[in-house]
Amino acid sequence: MTTADSTTGGGLTARLAHFYRRSEGARGLVLLSPTMLIMLAALAAPMALLALYSFWTQDGYVVDKTPTLAQYATSFGRATYRELFYRSVEISSLVTLITVLLAYPMAYFVAFRAEKSKFLWLILLTIPFWTSYLLRVFSWKLILGYNGVINSGLMSLGIIHQPLEFLLYNPAAVVVTLAHAWAAFAILPIYVSLEKIDRSLLDAAADLGDGPIRRFFRITLPLSMPGVIGAAVLIFVPTTGDYVTPSLVGGSGGVMIANVIEVQFDKVGNWPLGAALAMASMAAVGIVTLLFVSAMRAASARIR
Amino acid sequence: MRNNAGRGGIGLFAYAIFYLAFLYVPVLFLPLFSFNDSVFISFPLTGFTTQWYGQMLADGAMLHALGNSLQVGAIASLVSTMLAIPTAKALTRYRVPGGATILGIVNLSLFIPEIVLGISLLILLNTAGVPRSLATIMLGHIVVCVPFAITVLMSRFDGFDKNLEEASLDLGENGWMTFWRVTFPLVLPGIISSLLLSFMVSFDDFMIAFFLSGTDATLPVYIWGELRFPARLPRVLALGATILVVSGVLIVLAEWLRQSGTEQPQRAEV
Repeated sequence: MTTADSTTGGGLTARLAHFYRRSEGARGLVLLSPTMLIMLAALAAPMALLALYSFWTQDGYVVDKTPTLAQYATSFGRATYRELFYRSVEISSLVTLITVLLAYPMAYFVAFRAEKSKFLWLILLTIPFWTSYLLRVFSWKLILGYNGVINSGLMSLGIIHQPLEFLLYNPAAVVVTLAHAWAAFAILPIYVSLEKIDRSLLDAAADLGDGPIRRFFRITLPLSMPGVIGAAVLIFVPTTGDYVTPSLVGGSGGVMIANVIEVQFDKVGNWPLGAALAMASMAAVGIVTLLFVSAMRAASARIR
Repeated sequence: MRNNAGRGGIGLFAYAIFYLAFLYVPVLFLPLFSFNDSVFISFPLTGFTTQWYGQMLADGAMLHALGNSLQVGAIASLVSTMLAIPTAKALTRYRVPGGATILGIVNLSLFIPEIVLGISLLILLNTAGVPRSLATIMLGHIVVCVPFAITVLMSRFDGFDKNLEEASLDLGENGWMTFWRVTFPLVLPGIISSLLLSFMVSFDDFMIAFFLSGTDATLPVYIWGELRFPARLPRVLALGATILVVSGVLIVLAEWLRQSGTEQPQRAEV
C-alpha cells in the first residue's frame, strides 16, 4: 500500500480506488468474482444437498431426515452394487487405456508431422466430438446389433450364415463404444503437451548420439506425460458415470453404476439411496484418479 | 530430426488416416441408412428414398422438441458467454492471486460426472420447490457451458497483443471505451465462437435435460424416447444426419473464427 501515501488526505474511498487502479490482482478479482460466485453457488448448493440426502431415508413418499449411514451401508454392502462399482471402474479404466494409446500416435502426428495442415487435422479430429453424443453412441447399436451393420453386411457377403450374437449387449460393446465416443477428448491434451516440447532438446539428443527410439522414450514421452495424465483424467471421470452407453449397448451384462443411480430417481424413487450411490461413485472415481495421477507422476519423474 | 521423418512419417500418416476412418465411419452409417428405402437398418441397401426426411419434417412433436432445444441453447449460450467474458479477461489480463484455483473452481463441472450434476440439480429444484421446465434445463446447461466458454475466450484473449489495450489507455481513452473500441472488436471472433460452442454443448446435452425436463422435452430427450420404437428409427436417422451436417458446419465456423487473426496483430481493426 505504498501507493496510498501519495494521495494526501484522500480518505478511505479514494485510497481504495487508487489501490484498485494500481493493483492488477484486485481488478482481476473484481472482474471474475460474480461468475465465480454464481458457478460456486450453482455447483456447491446442489452438491451439498446431494450429500445431505445421502444421510436421509426414503419412507414411502416422504423423506425421513434423521441422519443415518443406512444408505451407505446398502451402497457398499449389497453385492450387486459392489459389483457395479467394480465393473464401472474396470470398464472406464479399459476405455481410458485404449483411448489414450490410440490417440497418442495421432496427436504425435499432428504435433510433429502435420506441419502446414495442422489446423485442418485439428478441425477434422474435433468435429465428431461436437456432433450428437447420443447419436454417436446409438450408431454403435446399429453397427453391432443382431440385424445390424456388421451382421447383415457379413451375411450378405456370405461370410457368416447366422448373426453373431456376441457383438451387442455386453461390457466389450460398452468399451468399444466409449472408446470411440471419447476419442477426440484424448487427442487435444496430448497434442498440446507435445506441441510445447522445445524442439532443440530433440536436436540436442540427436547430436549427442541418441537414436529416434531412445530419444522418444527419454525426451518426448516424459515431457508429454502431463498431457497423457490430463487426457486420462478427462476420459476416466465422465465415462465411469456414463448412462447412455450402458443403457443402449450394454445389455444386462454391461449395466454400470449410473444405471442404478438413475433408477433410484425414476421408478423406484429412493432418492437418498441414489444420492449415496452417487456420492460413493464420486469418491471411488476421486480415489482411483488420485492414485493414478500420483503413480504416473512418480513414474515419469523416475524416467527423467 | 528431419532426416528420418520420411520413413516413420509414412507409417504415422497411414495411422492418422486409419484413425480418422475410425472416428468417422461409424457415424456415417446414420446418413447412409437415412436414405435407404427400408424400415430395417441393415444391409443390403434396398434403394434410395427421401421419405424419411419428409416424415421428419412432418413430425410435429419432433419439430416442437427442436424448437425447445434451439430456445434453451440460445439462452444458455448467451448467458454462459456473458458470464465467461469477464472471467476470461481477468485470468488472462491480470495476475490474479490464486488464478489457477479460481479456474479450477469455475471449471469444476467438467470433473463431475454428468449424471451426478443432473441428479444434484434435480434435488436442488425439488428442495426449492421449483417445477421442472425449459428454464431449469437452461440453468443446468449454463453450469456445463461456462467452462467451455471460458476456455475458448481465454485462448482468444491470450492470442492478441496486450500493448494495444495499454496504448489506448495511454492515449487517454477510459477503461470502458478501451474495452468497447479495442478489446471487443479483437475478441469478437472469440465471443462468436464461444456462443457457437456453448450452443452446441447445450443442444447436444442429454443427461442434464433428461433429469431437469418437465413435460416439455429438448430434442435429445425426445430422440431418447423415440429410440424404443423401431418403426420411427429411419426418421430419427434422418434427423441425426441433419444434425451431423449442421453442427459440423457450425463447428468449422466456430474454430475458424477462434483461430483467425490470432497469428498476426490486426492493426487494421483498431
